[in-house]
Amino acid sequence: MIQTAVATWTVLGHILPELLLIGIGVLLIGCDLFIPRQRQVLPWLMVIGCITALIMVLGARPVTAFGGMFLVDGYAMVFKTICLGAVILTALSSEPFWQVFGARQGEYYSLLLFSLVGMLLMASAGDLMVLYLGLELMALPVYALVGMHKRDQRTSEAAVKYFLMGAFASALLLFGMSFLYGLTGTTEIGRIAELIVSMQLDANPALLAALGLLLAGLCFKVAVAPFHFWTPDVYEGAPTLVTAFMSVGPKAAGFAIFGRVLLYGLPQLQNHWGPILAVLALLTMAVGNITALCQHSLKRMLAYSSIAHAGYALLGLLAGTDEGMAATVAYLVIYLFMNFGAFAVLMLLAAPGQSREALDACKGLASRHPAIAALMLVFLFSLTGIPPTGGFIGKFYLLRAAFIAGYPLTVVGAVLFSAISAFFYLRVVRLMYMSDADDPVTLTCSPAMGAVLCVCLAGTLGLGLFPGFLLNWIVAALAGN
Amino acid sequence: MIPLSWYMALAVILFCIGVCGFLTRRNVIVMFLSIELMLNGVNLNLVALSHFLDSVRGQAFTLFIITVAAAEAAIGLGIAIALYRSRRSVHVDTINHLQG
Repeated sequence: MIQTAVATWTVLGHILPELLLIGIGVLLIGCDLFIPRQRQVLPWLMVIGCITALIMVLGARPVTAFGGMFLVDGYAMVFKTICLGAVILTALSSEPFWQVFGARQGEYYSLLLFSLVGMLLMASAGDLMVLYLGLELMALPVYALVGMHKRDQRTSEAAVKYFLMGAFASALLLFGMSFLYGLTGTTEIGRIAELIVSMQLDANPALLAALGLLLAGLCFKVAVAPFHFWTPDVYEGAPTLVTAFMSVGPKAAGFAIFGRVLLYGLPQLQNHWGPILAVLALLTMAVGNITALCQHSLKRMLAYSSIAHAGYALLGLLAGTDEGMAATVAYLVIYLFMNFGAFAVLMLLAAPGQSREALDACKGLASRHPAIAALMLVFLFSLTGIPPTGGFIGKFYLLRAAFIAGYPLTVVGAVLFSAISAFFYLRVVRLMYMSDADDPVTLTCSPAMGAVLCVCLAGTLGLGLFPGFLLNWIVAALAGN
Repeated sequence: MIPLSWYMALAVILFCIGVCGFLTRRNVIVMFLSIELMLNGVNLNLVALSHFLDSVRGQAFTLFIITVAAAEAAIGLGIAIALYRSRRSVHVDTINHLQG
């Protein structure tokens, strides 16, 4: 009896980062209720908690806990690092906006934390049940976050669209999972791969139907065309902070389950899902980049650009190899810095009370705020993929992985669409540097926001100049499980 | 005893009715009900398979899905109420402020 109890307690050690974050989430609600005057400490508490969790995640030993349901491996570690990074940046950049949230600050930060726990579970999921629970724990708080400003018509519209599409995608995903369970009799992802080999299911029509449903559900979650149509509306309607968070955190977690299901659960079907993903990746890049050309709102343009970047990130996944996955993860890390940086500049432009989300808001930014304009320049260059920045290195690895895996046409398409994307990214640069301002505005940049911008700049440029460190770390993590 | 295929056929039919309802109806509440129908198709599938495969995982999964669906309903209806308060309607055709 005593031994059982000991085993139960040691197993909790493997989910310590998650437990810590849940504890902090509850604590934040409590702090908000009982010491409302000290609201400004909430983001700092959250940042400290996330950094502690990050140290725990980085120091964790590889282990399989809860009978294969929860995997603490290198794959989980890299994705958890991205998600924690996204939440830390979001919390820091929320700090100057405390007056926007007013009395709902505690809720905002705790929802963010619960969503983070969901993302960590997704990264660690070794079982379809845990994967689904993590996915919902990630998604449900984000639905509420999108609809945070109840008075604003646009946010409730965005929330309802996101909610309906998200719930529909979850149902598709679940139906696919139920087929997988019916065919193999297990929900453990690793066992499913073994059973597909031993039972020779790889040409079974029901398995292909399950694959189709899973792909549709997963593509919804990471906003891959033709399942992307909710993205621009939701990203535009949501508060800019939440949009910045959604475009990096949940997207990375979505790729975590995408890779886990396809590479660890269905590797035998690679000859089926590889070509499908190649077509979807091309379609996504086409839709994202071409539609972004005709946008007048900077926020909506960044939404389409995030669709296009999901297409690039798919290139590594469809290769189906460890190198390909490493390229996708490296790209997601770089994307975290460059995309969050671009959104942080947008947050400064679209400060509360003034809705300057239009492209015209950038006019003449360089003459009034040369530092902010220069930062935006770096982030946009990186999003385009111009050499000294991280975006170039990330795209290079992705294209190499897809080319080695035997998808040369997809690579050519990706390069072409990347060239098209230069047009709308550099249009912003032209407006910033070569136009005169319509109405001179002064932006205020708080210390926390300055820190976010510095971290994003350091990440974007540092990973562009010294990419070997990042890639070696990811390859070692993926191989060492 | 009723064979497994009947249960699965019913599950597929329920799921397809849900998908059709989601795609054709224009009222947010009815769309949400259609999603619940899809989830119940999944639940039926899992429970039937769990019984015939003689494994409890499917039933455990179903319990989790039912629990999450309840949480989802709470959030979904909350969002629908917020929408109704600002628009006086929960019709999808009136939700068209975001486009471009």
